[in-house]
Amino acid sequence: MSESTSIFSSNPKTEGRSPRPSAAPRTRRDQAARRLFFIMTLLPIILIGIVAFALLVRAWPILSVYPLSDLLGGTVWKPNDGIFGFQPFIIGTIWVTIVGLLLAVPPCILVSIYLAEYAHARTRTLAKPVLDLLAAIPPVVYGVWGLLAIVPFVDDVAAPFAERWLGFIPIFEVTQPTGFGILAGGIVLAVMIAPLIVSVTFEVFLTVPHDLRHASLAMGATKWQTIRNIVLPQVLPGIIAAVVLGASRAFGETIAVLMVVGNVANIPTSVFDTAYPLPALIANNYGEMMSIPLYDAALLGAALVLLVVILIFNILSTLVLRRVARRKWA
Amino acid sequence: MDAHIQVKNLDAYYNKQQALKNVNIEIPKNQITVIMGPSGCGKTTLLKTFNRFFELTENTKLTGEVLVDGQNIYDKDVDVTEVRKVVGLLAQRPSPLPMSIYDNVVYGMHLHKMKKDRKEYKEAVRHYLEIAGLYEEVKKRMHDPATSLSIGQQQRLCLARGLAVEPEIILGDEPTSALDPISSQNIEARLLELKQQYTTVIVTHTLRQAKRLADYVIYMYLGEVIESGPAKEVFGNPKHERTKQYLEGLF
Ligand SMILES: Nc1ncnc2c1ncn2[C@@H]1O[C@H](COP(=O)(O)OP(=O)(O)OP(=O)(O)O)[C@@H](O)[C@H]1O
Ligand SMILES: [Mg+2]
Repeated sequence: MSESTSIFSSNPKTEGRSPRPSAAPRTRRDQAARRLFFIMTLLPIILIGIVAFALLVRAWPILSVYPLSDLLGGTVWKPNDGIFGFQPFIIGTIWVTIVGLLLAVPPCILVSIYLAEYAHARTRTLAKPVLDLLAAIPPVVYGVWGLLAIVPFVDDVAAPFAERWLGFIPIFEVTQPTGFGILAGGIVLAVMIAPLIVSVTFEVFLTVPHDLRHASLAMGATKWQTIRNIVLPQVLPGIIAAVVLGASRAFGETIAVLMVVGNVANIPTSVFDTAYPLPALIANNYGEMMSIPLYDAALLGAALVLLVVILIFNILSTLVLRRVARRKWA
Repeated sequence: MDAHIQVKNLDAYYNKQQALKNVNIEIPKNQITVIMGPSGCGKTTLLKTFNRFFELTENTKLTGEVLVDGQNIYDKDVDVTEVRKVVGLLAQRPSPLPMSIYDNVVYGMHLHKMKKDRKEYKEAVRHYLEIAGLYEEVKKRMHDPATSLSIGQQQRLCLARGLAVEPEIILGDEPTSALDPISSQNIEARLLELKQQYTTVIVTHTLRQAKRLADYVIYMYLGEVIESGPAKEVFGNPKHERTKQYLEGLF
């Protein structure tokens, strides 16, 4: 490798040959373009760094007064008394995210298996723009839909059903009579993240070469045997990455969840409980009641927590997806 | 002639474009049949109709019959997986499954639950690797990934893997074209060894290979079978002008 590099990087000038007249400006332009693209690529990273730094600076007043464990572990949120426990919000976010994922992931995987392995080419070319369209619907529209359809559905159908059949399981205990809560938030989230998960998973399926499927089929495997034994093991890391990507989207989703989740700062124990996710906390309160000492710093601290978690999720899934795409086959 | 495969009035279309035109041939049992012809004449397509791989391509249409042991493999009540178990395929590029050498060979046998216990599977793996002339080279690394083998070794692994499901027919679409000369010879030698027990159908572009392997020759041109017959006759005394030209290397 090092030898071949040295061959290519050997400069004609140093070998005493004059370069072709057009070569120098062309090369320079090439390098300029490359530098420009590099900076443009770096820009988002710099931006994220700046945002994180700014949040850290603004949250510093509270971070320097209370130990991190008190903030993250504290269960009481009473800004007026100077008590800032993030735990209800963190737990609330986790609940809504997990319910959303549990509802979204199994059907999404089935749909992408269908699209990648069974669907006709025409269905496939149709599915892509539809998925993109679904992903492009503004969250507030999903929120309104949640208010108008899902909250009543939880209230009229899901809650009575759970009360009748599942009441003995603590996490299905119906605790309040409104329909607002984690389940409604989870359903809305599931529908929102589904297009993302399906399209990423579908792309991952396409990275598996046809030769592998054919090798299995040629030995008399059924389609399903081929999918289960050959394709699924190959795409599993990619599916996990897609789910993590969906999770990070769900984790940060603000408006649609905020509209249906109830926004009460309790620590939920049932899917019918209300919750108050971190993004909703920030969106609802930032800019108000700023006269309370440290309130502003606490909210920005919450934003920092959110940013860090989502960054970690995204970086993890990107790394895995890149590994999947680059995998060596032959 | 004892025909193992009979093709009757076979027409094949990609989209609307016809790739096989009224093909009628018989392929003799336990001999090596070589399909020859210029690029794009439909050799691969014909081969794919023998194990029903043709239908894996979308928007294709097929009419006519392909009979294996007298049974039309396109009949409604025929199980396609049974067809592919009987008609094995050695692809142009070796395509080891992303698993160990051992698992590659055992894969097809597991699919069809062909053996009773681990011991039998283990013996069978050894047996088929020996037939494919690979056992000595891999016996100490059975559980290494199959992709760690050289390309030539991979192709012999694919042969072992295909034989392990006990087919009666072996199809090979230019099975040595991705290999170095020594590996090619190795595969050729295997095919010659195996021809007593298997009906073999090979597509090749190398006339010399065809002459080394063929008992029976099919010459195609633009989707049609121009000439077919015992290798001696076709090579020695081609009836058609086109075949003669092709054999003289004019194409
Ligand atoms: N997937 C496909 N879609 C559309 N047309 C195809 C497809 N595969 C093959 N064809 C067409 O069918 C005809 C026969 O192709 P085929 O692959 O059978 O030729 P071949 O004899 O195997 O050629 P080669 O020697 O180059 O492998 C060609 O005209 C080709 O363009
Ligand atoms: Mg071909």
